[in-house]
Amino acid sequence: MKLHLKIWRQKDASSKGQIKEYPLNGVEGDMSFLEMLDVLNEELINKGEEPVEFDHDCREGICGSCSLQINGEPHGPDRMVTTCQLHMRKFKDGDTIVIEPFRAKAFPVLKDLIVDRSSFDRIQQAGGYISVNTSGNTVDANAIPIEKEKADEAMDAATCIGCGACVAACKNASAMLFTSAKVSQFALLPQGQVEATERVQNMVRQMDLEGFGNCTNTGACEIECPKGISLENIARLNREYLTASLKG
Amino acid sequence: MSGLIKSSIARKVVMALSGLFLVFFLGQHFTINITSVIDPETFNSWSHFMGYNPIVQYLLQPILIAGVIVHFVMGFVLEIKNNSARGVKYVKYKGSANAPWVSRNMIISGLVILAFLGLHFYDFWIHEMTYKYIDGSPENPTRYYAETVEKFAPIWRTVLYVISFALLGLHLWHGFASSFQSVGVNNKYSGAIKNFTKLYAIAIPAGFIFIALYHHFNPITH
Repeated sequence: MKLHLKIWRQKDASSKGQIKEYPLNGVEGDMSFLEMLDVLNEELINKGEEPVEFDHDCREGICGSCSLQINGEPHGPDRMVTTCQLHMRKFKDGDTIVIEPFRAKAFPVLKDLIVDRSSFDRIQQAGGYISVNTSGNTVDANAIPIEKEKADEAMDAATCIGCGACVAACKNASAMLFTSAKVSQFALLPQGQVEATERVQNMVRQMDLEGFGNCTNTGACEIECPKGISLENIARLNREYLTASLKG
Repeated sequence: MSGLIKSSIARKVVMALSGLFLVFFLGQHFTINITSVIDPETFNSWSHFMGYNPIVQYLLQPILIAGVIVHFVMGFVLEIKNNSARGVKYVKYKGSANAPWVSRNMIISGLVILAFLGLHFYDFWIHEMTYKYIDGSPENPTRYYAETVEKFAPIWRTVLYVISFALLGLHLWHGFASSFQSVGVNNKYSGAIKNFTKLYAIAIPAGFIFIALYHHFNPITH
């Protein structure tokens, strides 16, 4: 397969980037998208050029590191997969592929296709946890009876890998789906009730401080989320936040 | 509470509640207007009631105007903030892959509706205020039907009304059901809410379009 790649190249955070074009031959349909970029980088290195920098880690769709905007969609045209699980059989010989970093003011580009997603970490640190005394007397979480339906919903929310596709897809660069998943995974469980009020208020405050946009319910985030995080979580976040704010 | 006022979620809720209020008002407005096609006497009597009842005039009318202002001002605030949340735009952004045009372009349908409201206020509200408070003309419970039909005589105005109602339909198509999501309602009733939204977004604007066309093609002959 022969491809025509258009890739965002940016020297560092303070430089102005631009799209550069690269023809690439010998791409196999069984390659993952990242393996295709590996092939490109080998070519670039052999020619003495700077390789294209991109984030990756597990390459199994569970770490949330890979973060490419491919032909205008986060993680490319496939559904429920991350970039590392996207295979080149989704493309045709002669295709032009535009590859860009996830774009948001809260995700500044560090180099080429790598963005700084530590804003997500700060939202999580603001309240995405439960305080448990681990000094030897920790009660087994399974000792607390939880309705199966609630446990499943909490687990579904907890599958969010924090990749940032929701922000990348949203026309407003909103982080509501991520934040709602991180709030929901505790809001649905008895262990999360103790700090529920502070959690949602602090996480939403941090989300706003980071400069993400406002949710306008287009639903793009849900469609593009590689883990299928539901918009129901955003409605739950709204409920939790309003309840918490009215409590004081 | 202070955090609530400044938060992104509060802005969503303000948009949602003001929008739902305007959706309710729209239904009431349509109910009165359709009588102009069915029975002009009823239309005259209801219009006179709306124009002279002190609760409608001095309580409900200011609330309605406030609702409209809050909705569009907050709409502009959200649009500006959301635009700034993505400083560098994508070279290629395939919005159609994951969200319908109406959801992504509420600002466009909203601006058309706002422009229409300017014309609509000029046509009816300014006229009404001038008649009652500036000219000090006497009450005349039989004038409303003729005044309304006369407004739709020029083709340009009828066309502008039709276009605006079509855009209003698109605005409702996304906005109505979306308001429930914004205030935290996403449950077993959400499917029914979405279906009702689609029905409302088609039926009410189509009804207004029918009224405008009906009066254009059925002028009062003296």
